[in-house]
Amino acid sequence: MNRIKNSITNNIGIFLVFAGPAVLAFLAVIIIPFIYGIYLTFTSWDGISRNKPFVGMANYVSVIKDGPFWSSLGLTVFYVIIAVLTVNAVAFALALLVSGKIKGSNFFRAGFFTPNLIGGIILGYIWQFIFKNILVSIGDTLNIAFLQKSWLSSSALAFAALIVVTIWQYSGYMMLIYIAGLTGVSEDVREAALIDGCTGSQVTRYIIIPLMRSSFTICIFLSITRCFMVYDLNLALTEGGPFGSTTMAAMYVYQKAFSSKQYGVGQTEAIILFLITAVIAVTQTMISKSKEVEA
Amino acid sequence: MDRTKENSSLKTVGIVKVVVLAAVFLIYMFPFYMLLLNAFKYKRDIIKMPLSWGGKNGFTLNNFAEAFQKMNFMTVFLNSVIITGVSCLLIILFSSMCAYIFVRKDWKINKFLFLLMLFSMVVPFQVVMIPLISIYGGTFGILNHRATLIFMHVGFSMSMSVFMFHGFIRGGVPIALEEAAGIDGAGPLRIFFQIVFPLLKPTIATLVILHALALWNDYLLPSLILTDKALYTIPIATKLFQGAYSNDMDLLMAALVMAIIPAIILYLALQKYIIAGVVAGAVK
Repeated sequence: MNRIKNSITNNIGIFLVFAGPAVLAFLAVIIIPFIYGIYLTFTSWDGISRNKPFVGMANYVSVIKDGPFWSSLGLTVFYVIIAVLTVNAVAFALALLVSGKIKGSNFFRAGFFTPNLIGGIILGYIWQFIFKNILVSIGDTLNIAFLQKSWLSSSALAFAALIVVTIWQYSGYMMLIYIAGLTGVSEDVREAALIDGCTGSQVTRYIIIPLMRSSFTICIFLSITRCFMVYDLNLALTEGGPFGSTTMAAMYVYQKAFSSKQYGVGQTEAIILFLITAVIAVTQTMISKSKEVEA
Repeated sequence: MDRTKENSSLKTVGIVKVVVLAAVFLIYMFPFYMLLLNAFKYKRDIIKMPLSWGGKNGFTLNNFAEAFQKMNFMTVFLNSVIITGVSCLLIILFSSMCAYIFVRKDWKINKFLFLLMLFSMVVPFQVVMIPLISIYGGTFGILNHRATLIFMHVGFSMSMSVFMFHGFIRGGVPIALEEAAGIDGAGPLRIFFQIVFPLLKPTIATLVILHALALWNDYLLPSLILTDKALYTIPIATKLFQGAYSNDMDLLMAALVMAIIPAIILYLALQKYIIAGVVAGAVK
């Protein structure tokens, strides 16, 4: 009897020593705020006062009526679609070019990955300089009309600028994942297809891409979830401008809470953004997983 | 005959590939090149002739000296080092111990917590951002401490780290060694630190690289927690510097160069490991 009791206390001790700190930090920083965050959507809080009056569904009603939120969400979806397609196309093309027996292939890989070492804020400012000064100066010197005015001063071109920098930022990272996938496609399969008379592009289209579905699944999942939450780059490159025309959803939520002091509404919008992202990311993963081919 | 033809066509393809790659590479490096080119120029030259090599007025190092001072670079650099370093250390220690006990002890609570961690990996920061500030700022009033930020970094990094250690320990650490040590009378802590922990090196390296990169560059969370000037990290200081000196292009260029130099130096030294670590982290 005593022995059983001893072993239970012993086990509790082991659990607390080994898992205690990790579980405490995890619960305190993610799980408790997550649950408390759901509660916050039913309250109205200005960020200062001690009490958070309960308001029922009022926040949800104001979110439905919040036109700018839905348009920033629409813009974000548009941005995600274009960014995910272009980033992955560029990354896959780079992976095809870099893998194989190419001189300096490690050098190129390392170079394309460099933007990932630097945070979105700093990248954003570097590119702001490129768009505002360098490209304008190039436009003036070479007399190229569409460069002579800063891209960041027109809403359509500022959006394009965000896409350009996103490609530059993420393609090197996704390229590494595609390279890992490419090395997994065995040389035998490729050679057999070539001997059977496939052209190089046919091999890519009908042999390599189907065998690399799992790399595509990972890369598309990563790029969807990252692009949906874009904030740092948005803040540093365009600051949502000109005239708020490039404010993405994550930035809108931030402003709603911390600038307009409508924390309850902001939290509700954050949760809606999360649900939409989660549904899209999970659906995409399930669809592309079901198409994966076992090599 | 056919062989040589095939060989030479393969060679041409190879050359074309290298030329295309070199061109793309130059485009990728272009922003860095432009930044470096202008960081040593005088303000007027940056604005009037940003493309030229050197300005009318020649080169200057003064931008760096002034930006260094105005940005409080030494302070913010050390803050970034402390926060990233201590967080990584604690993340590795806590998550490896936690994963070990999750793998070796078949308790219900372990299974439940592990599932909860897996689920939490899909939750983006923005969802817990407002409650986090409400709890730690409003209720506890403990913002503006490095320790608070480190605690949060540790909390946010637990799921992924526990998950990766869990996979590695289950697949790659034989239990026989531990049982032998147990028979010899070693306690669980000693078994873990003397036998298991040294075997985890590959995963430790991967996780340190991933977390160090992410935490070093993190902006949103630190900017919400640290509002005291003495505690700023490099991204926060760069953001505010840009706001305050947006007309002083010369200082801004130098500040941006200084902000990226630490990461670039580390990358040049540890390139192979960083690339391997990033791939290992993404594919798992």
